[in-house]
Amino acid sequence: MSTADETGGLMVRAEAVHKSFGRLEVLRGIDLEVKSGEVMCVVGPSGSGKSTFLRCINHLEKIDAGRLWVNGHLVGYRESGGRLYELRDREVAAQRRDIGMVFQRFNLFPHMTALENIMEAPYRVKRQPKAEVRSRSLALLERVGLSDKAGSYPAQLSGGQQQRVAIARALAMEPALMLFDEPTSALDPELVGEVLEVMKQLALDGMTMVVVTHEMGFAREVGDSLVFMDGGVVVEQGTPGDVLTEPRHPRTRDFLSKVL
Amino acid sequence: MTDLSKDTPDPARPEAIKAVPVRHPGRWVAVVVIAVLAAMFVNMLVTNENFKWSFIVDNAFRPNIVEGVWTTIALTVLAMVIGVLFGIVLAVMRLSDNPILSGVAWLYTWFFRAVPRLVLAILFGNMGILYAKYHIGGVPFAGPLGDLMGVDIDGTLFTVDARTLLSGFMAGLLALALSEAAYMAEIVRAGILSVDPGQEEAAGALGMSRALTLRRIILPQAMRVIIPPTGNETIAMLKDTSLVAFVPVTNELFFQLQAVGSRTFNVFPMLVAACMWYLILTSFLLAGQFFIERHFARGAGEQPRDKRTALRALGFGSGGGAAGGGGGA
Ligand SMILES: Nc1ncnc2c1ncn2[C@@H]1O[C@H](COP(=O)(O)OP(=O)(O)OP(=O)(O)O)[C@@H](O)[C@H]1O
Ligand SMILES: [Mg+2]
Repeated sequence: MSTADETGGLMVRAEAVHKSFGRLEVLRGIDLEVKSGEVMCVVGPSGSGKSTFLRCINHLEKIDAGRLWVNGHLVGYRESGGRLYELRDREVAAQRRDIGMVFQRFNLFPHMTALENIMEAPYRVKRQPKAEVRSRSLALLERVGLSDKAGSYPAQLSGGQQQRVAIARALAMEPALMLFDEPTSALDPELVGEVLEVMKQLALDGMTMVVVTHEMGFAREVGDSLVFMDGGVVVEQGTPGDVLTEPRHPRTRDFLSKVL
Repeated sequence: MTDLSKDTPDPARPEAIKAVPVRHPGRWVAVVVIAVLAAMFVNMLVTNENFKWSFIVDNAFRPNIVEGVWTTIALTVLAMVIGVLFGIVLAVMRLSDNPILSGVAWLYTWFFRAVPRLVLAILFGNMGILYAKYHIGGVPFAGPLGDLMGVDIDGTLFTVDARTLLSGFMAGLLALALSEAAYMAEIVRAGILSVDPGQEEAAGALGMSRALTLRRIILPQAMRVIIPPTGNETIAMLKDTSLVAFVPVTNELFFQLQAVGSRTFNVFPMLVAACMWYLILTSFLLAGQFFIERHFARGAGEQPRDKRTALRALGFGSGGGAAGGGGGA
């Protein structure tokens, strides 16, 4: 793991990141920096490339042009003698261990209990001792307020509970960075609060987070910075207070007038 | 006992409905017709002397026939185990990004699904014609190497006569297992494709390797789709083991029963005995399938607990058992 000196205190650095699906150019030059410990919220209209950018950060999508570093390491490539070499599947998997991801549709493993979901990766991937993983997983369940649901299967949990298990599952790998892709969009309104509360606690504990969300209240209260994306570029960026109250760009103003 | 609903009328709850149920006269007619037909059938079984029930009872459990039962079970189990494992490999190859791997898998399935099992059995039984001898564990340049060291090395660890290796049980087993792998590959592929792609992404995001994801996340979920048609395949395999008589494998169940039948001029009773044996063995397979399905239903909410779903899982009535008939598309 790199020290803050090497990375200049940056967790994520994106330089002119481009990504196309066939002829559709979804990311058209993203420049971004996320500092260690920072909570960055990303907003923007549907199809603006928010999910795609998030997925590029942990190499679920391969970028076409530009550079992307996480924790000082180039994502998906190794640079040597001025040339880029693609990383092997095994090396990509190793990079992803330090990046947690929470999905809109939870994506819990339905054939495993809540506890087994959380234990799976630390036990099978990091090969940590089972008893240790188990007690740490139970502690994580308690942290997200679900101690009594250890033996429940995902189908027996509410959406909010499933998403909290999913957060605990990502935390079990002790990531340096957490990515959230609209974590509350698939939830009934009364379940949104419990998930946001867990995320807020995580932010207070100092976790570096990139959160794609439509919850402006969360962005204002918890976010250190707010990014507005549209058409595959970052249109505006600043503190949540500034961007939400005094948007400079007309497109930001237009978008905020629709969602606020 | 007093009728509570009358003694203490609940103001909020109206009186329970007492209606004349719909009568189903047609059903009762059907029941009578079926009862009569069944009685006639049983009467025929008992009174027709050609069945020779005592002969069946005396001969259906002879040692050579019990040995035949074990051979049939062994062939079924081994062919299915090899078929399932190889089928998984083929399915993964078929779904791989590498066009050569997926092409080879396609070619394999194409060939083994096209050629009838009976033809395969005979073909494998005669494979010995192609090679006189197989050399297993051969060391290249063993001769010169041996000269160098001053010892005489044969160059082979052991030599097997091709006709021993590829005849009888092994040839029959290979024919059945390789053909089964082709069908299982299609079933497994359909199962893998049925799993939500979000599962693979979630596993990938946790840093799980592809192999680990397949083994721990994808396949266990695919099992729910894979098992019912695999049950069908196992039952079909149990019956297809009778084809190895053409390899020839002579200690197999059907061959043995027929041998007794033709030797004693009691062909028909031994055919009845064959039906009974296959019915018994198939029933055990159905019970096994029930427990395996229940195991892989974990977390799916729909645990077959009550009797109706249990019967359905056993293949009675509509439901999973019939899905994916001849081995999927
Ligand atoms: N795998 C893919 N193949 C082809 N096109 C894709 C793929 N993934 C995303 N896209 C397209 O890329 C564009 C951006 O998608 P993305 O999911 O990043 O948007 P988003 O900002 O997350 O939108 P939303 O708010 O609806 O989630 C969309 O037009 C989408 O259709
Ligand atoms: Mg999205």
